[in-house]
Amino acid sequence: MDFTEEQLQRYSRHIILPEVGGKGQAKIASAKVILVGAGGLGCPVGYYLTAAGVGTIALIDNDNVEMSNLQRQIAHNVHTIGMPKVESAQKAFNALNPEVNIVPLNIRISKDNIIDLIKDYDIVVDGSDNFPTRYLVNDACVMAKKPLVSGAILRFEGQVTTIIPGEGHCYRCLFEAPPPAGLVPSCQEAGVLGVLPGVIGGLQATEVLKLILGKGEPLKGQLLIYDALKTSFRKVRVPRNPLCPVCGDNPTITELSDPNEEYCSLS
Amino acid sequence: MEDTTPDKRINIKGLVCPYTFVKAKLAIESMEIGQILEILLDYEEASRSIPKSMEDHGQRVLKVEKINDTDWVLMIRKEKE
Repeated sequence: MDFTEEQLQRYSRHIILPEVGGKGQAKIASAKVILVGAGGLGCPVGYYLTAAGVGTIALIDNDNVEMSNLQRQIAHNVHTIGMPKVESAQKAFNALNPEVNIVPLNIRISKDNIIDLIKDYDIVVDGSDNFPTRYLVNDACVMAKKPLVSGAILRFEGQVTTIIPGEGHCYRCLFEAPPPAGLVPSCQEAGVLGVLPGVIGGLQATEVLKLILGKGEPLKGQLLIYDALKTSFRKVRVPRNPLCPVCGDNPTITELSDPNEEYCSLS
Repeated sequence: MEDTTPDKRINIKGLVCPYTFVKAKLAIESMEIGQILEILLDYEEASRSIPKSMEDHGQRVLKVEKINDTDWVLMIRKEKE
């Protein structure tokens, strides 16, 4: 890859890293990443991947920006309230790095469109705010064999895990099925410290860049749990479950389904 | 005696850190193992920091020479991808 003077300046702190260099930066520039959710997690993940110079970043979200988002969803602002989140984020990301191709997808992800949406991308990032989507994204990534960097946040706690289909666990090896809707915290219980998605999203963006570069050890076969109140990080080993209904030896889930339960979400 | 004829030459006079190293590193990346890069520069700090960083990255520094009041020439042999 021949860098322009502007690119040399923009990416100089990457290029001088032994693990990146010009070749690594070229890999980043040719990578295609799709983010599910342009909210608390999608904003920092998208921002950092844009800053890093990822070639193409698609954003899927069908919500509009609301005032209550601005406490944590850092790509949006008072001037974009009411606008689709994917367009608001596109404006923010383009202002940071106009050479990144941002693809805004103002749609709801479903069993009927997800395989088609992810097929042209190298890595999927889950920053969704509800269990049905989380399981749909997991199952689709297992079936389509797409690496998935999954993140979740609630109150003062966050989780990150990297799923490489065929090389380790999947989300259902961890938690076989979504919890019943009644056990999920209701809206009034589901607060979140505004900076928490910044920490978890930053970790997800790091995992994505490591996968693109082929450097380091991804969080595969592991779940990282961050407790902001204690400032503690815990890593829990998660072996692949041979009896897993989707990635096990004899899977019972062989096609995608849309869940019908209504969840009160955090958006 | 070792052959130290450069396979590639770059002139990075006028550049300061970190662009001195950025240019030197990109030049080395584009070369084959065993080839020699000659660097002409006029930023004194880089005459020390480039050799050090090149060694840290596994390359071999063959020469660091001040050739006049303002300029240095470095010779680096690529040992590692």
